[in-house]
Formats: sequence, C-alpha cells, structure tokens
Amino acid sequence: MIPATFEYYRPKDMAGVLSILSKHGDDARVMAGGHSLIPMMKLRMADVPHLIDLQDVGGMSGIEIGADSIRIGAMTTQSDIIDHVGLADAAPILREAALQIADPQVRYMGTVGGNVANGDPGNDMPGLMQCLDATFTVVGLEGERDIAARDFYEAAYMTAREDEEVLTAVTIPLPTGGYAYEKQKRKIGDYATAAAAVQIVKEGGSCVSASVAMTNLSDIPVYSEATGAALVGTSVDDAALKAAMAAMLGDIDPTEDNRGPVAFKNHVAGVILRRAIERAWSRA
Amino acid sequence: MSNKMHIKLNVNGKDEEFLAEPRELLIYTLRERLNITGPHIGCETSHCGACTVTIDGKSVKACTVFVAQASGKEVTTIEGIGGPDDLHPLQNAFKEHHGLQCGYCTPGMITRATKLLEEIPNPTEEEIRFGMAGNICRCTGYQNIVKSIQAAAAEMSAAKEAAE
Repeated sequence: MIPATFEYYRPKDMAGVLSILSKHGDDARVMAGGHSLIPMMKLRMADVPHLIDLQDVGGMSGIEIGADSIRIGAMTTQSDIIDHVGLADAAPILREAALQIADPQVRYMGTVGGNVANGDPGNDMPGLMQCLDATFTVVGLEGERDIAARDFYEAAYMTAREDEEVLTAVTIPLPTGGYAYEKQKRKIGDYATAAAAVQIVKEGGSCVSASVAMTNLSDIPVYSEATGAALVGTSVDDAALKAAMAAMLGDIDPTEDNRGPVAFKNHVAGVILRRAIERAWSRA
Repeated sequence: MSNKMHIKLNVNGKDEEFLAEPRELLIYTLRERLNITGPHIGCETSHCGACTVTIDGKSVKACTVFVAQASGKEVTTIEGIGGPDDLHPLQNAFKEHHGLQCGYCTPGMITRATKLLEEIPNPTEEEIRFGMAGNICRCTGYQNIVKSIQAAAAEMSAAKEAAE
C-alpha cells in the first residue's frame, strides 16, 4: 500500500497554497487531515503529483459562535467539534453527527472542511450542512466567494469549488428547535447505509418548519424540501411521518453496493428518517 | 524519481533526523527505518488500530499519516509508554486481566488507552467501548480489554490521589 511518488508542500499561508494550486492546476490537491485522501492515494485511485498540506496555514481552524451564526474554520477537526462546550449548546446536532463519524483516531485528524469539500457521498457533514442551510466560503486568486451547501454538490466528488480554490470555512445560521442526526452503519468506521439530518421547529403542538437531508442515498447529499413540507402544519403524527417518508423516497436515488440492494436501502432510509424525525420532534 | 526530504521527528523522547520520500507512511518509518516495531501493521487501511501511536497528544493511525506530515512533531509508541522492567499500569492490567490473547492488537490498544484515560480518567464501560472503537481485537471479545482498562484507571486514580 505505497502511494505513487509526489512533491510535498507545507505552505505557511493561503497565498502560498494558491500559488502552488495555480501553478499545477489539476495536478495539485490540498490536504487537511488526509483521512479520505491518503487511503485513496494508497490504493492509487487518487493521483496527486503535488500534495499541499494545509496544517501550517494559519487562521483555518476554530469555532466562532456569533449572535446569528456559527463560523467553523475548515481545519477544525471532528474531535474539536465534539469537545467544544459552546457548540454543544448552540448547535447540538453537529456534535451528535460528529460522534457518529469514523472512530476516535480518525476524528482527531478528520476535518469539517475536508469532509464537506471532498464531495464523497458517504461523508456525513455535507447532508448535515444542507439540513442547516450552511454556506461554504472558498478562496482563490480572484478572492473569496460564498456557496450555499444546498448548491455545492454536483456529482460524486464533483462540487462547485474550482480546482484552484480552497474551502476555508463553513458558516451556519444558528439552528432552532429540535434536532437529530440518525445513522445506520454496518460497523464503527463504516459510511452510512442511510443517514438523516433533521431540524424541526414546534409551535403550539404543530410543526412550523422542518429541514431534512439524507446521506449516502444518491451520488450527492439529498436536501429534501418535500420531506420538510410534508411535516409543516402537522402534529407530526403517524400520517405525517408516512407522508414525509414517501416524500423522501421520491428524492433519493440509492444504488446497489456492498451495503445492500436498492430495496433494502430504501427500507433503511425510511426507518432512519422516521427515527430522526421522532427524536427531533421529542426535543423540539 | 527521488524527492527525498529532510525529516525531523521526536520519537519517544529521542530526536531523529533522516532523509525520506514524503510518501513514506509513518508506520514504515517507525518499523523499518527506526526499528521501533511495537506499532503493528494489521489492516493498513485505517480500520484496525494496530498501528496506533500518539502524535502531539492525539491518537493517530500511523498507516494513514505520511512521514512528511509528521515532521517536526512528537511521536509516542508503546515503547515510550513502558518497558519489560517498568510496565505502565495499563500494560500491567492487560497482563493481569487477560486483556490479550495473541497480543497483536495490544500495542495499539494500550497506546490508544493511555490517551483515553488522559481524557476520561475514570471511564464507564460504555465510554471505554466508545473510546476504543478504533481498535479491533479478533481474540478476546473485548470483555477483558474493558476490564483491564477499568483496572488500570482505578489504579492510576488511586496513585494520583495518594500523590496529592
């Protein structure tokens, strides 16, 4: 398991990163924790002649909780998310999701930025960020721009980020109401067979808003507006749950793989969504 | 094509300097270059945890780190935790409570457990199972590993209280 040879760079600032990226184009890749990229390089499924390690670039990690939003630097690790006291109050769904990613060793290295930027349909943070209506900030030689998480994913490993751009931060509007991140996986460290992120707001016994996104059930994360709409105005009773599950099944597009055939994935997606909505509602 | 880099590591308190290709995985650096063979290669795909080491205070799978990434950092392996004549309480507890059978996963288990007990000095069984989830053992069924870590935690806490 020895990867192909590459040139290694560890620039101290973003200007250094961007200059290497612009010089080598497609042949250069940035790396955060490396726990998605290194396994692909070892399998020689990713060819990276110029590898840019972001670990020494300043200002890329940290969690800032503002009055209306939360800003998370791209190099913030899953372990940082889990340990951050303020974040557990401000947006507890992030901690609930991070605890279900991989295993302790991987969570020390794996970053929020890497997880959302990589475009792997198995990653948990993309769906979660769509549920939370997050915005991704990317920077290139032309400057910064913001891209909505719900518009970011185009196909597996294909995103709205250009090759010469680096994702630097994720900004999330402060979430309200009940939450749940529910994930079914075959074993610790596995990607989801199906996962659901739900934020739901209750007023006077009825649902006034609901945001739902599903993970690893298409080649991109699936933000399902129809699922949320099926819950709004209801008391989230059995009929509403069934309507939500039906709406979700209309939006996902799973394929058969070693986690099971399509019919099984649709079944698991329904079970996971129901559990997520019920738990979020109980916390709303 | 050779593109060797100047690498500096501190391994178990000792400074090491050498030239290496950046693609060299840290587990090979430790085992084959520095002859530190405590960390094992199990799956080599970031799943099993047999290669677990501590890098700057974090438990890391050394099969998924390039030596270039680790340059400038402090690495601790099982050899830096305790030796045959000076067993760490975790090593002693694994011995006393049959926390191993074939022993292949044990260096990674104990290295990971040292960090777990730093973070949670008196973990519950659930916290141990969750905190050790990145380390796979195919012999013990984990029950005696949990017992070993609980016993070491109790011993280490008692020693800490006695010292205070």
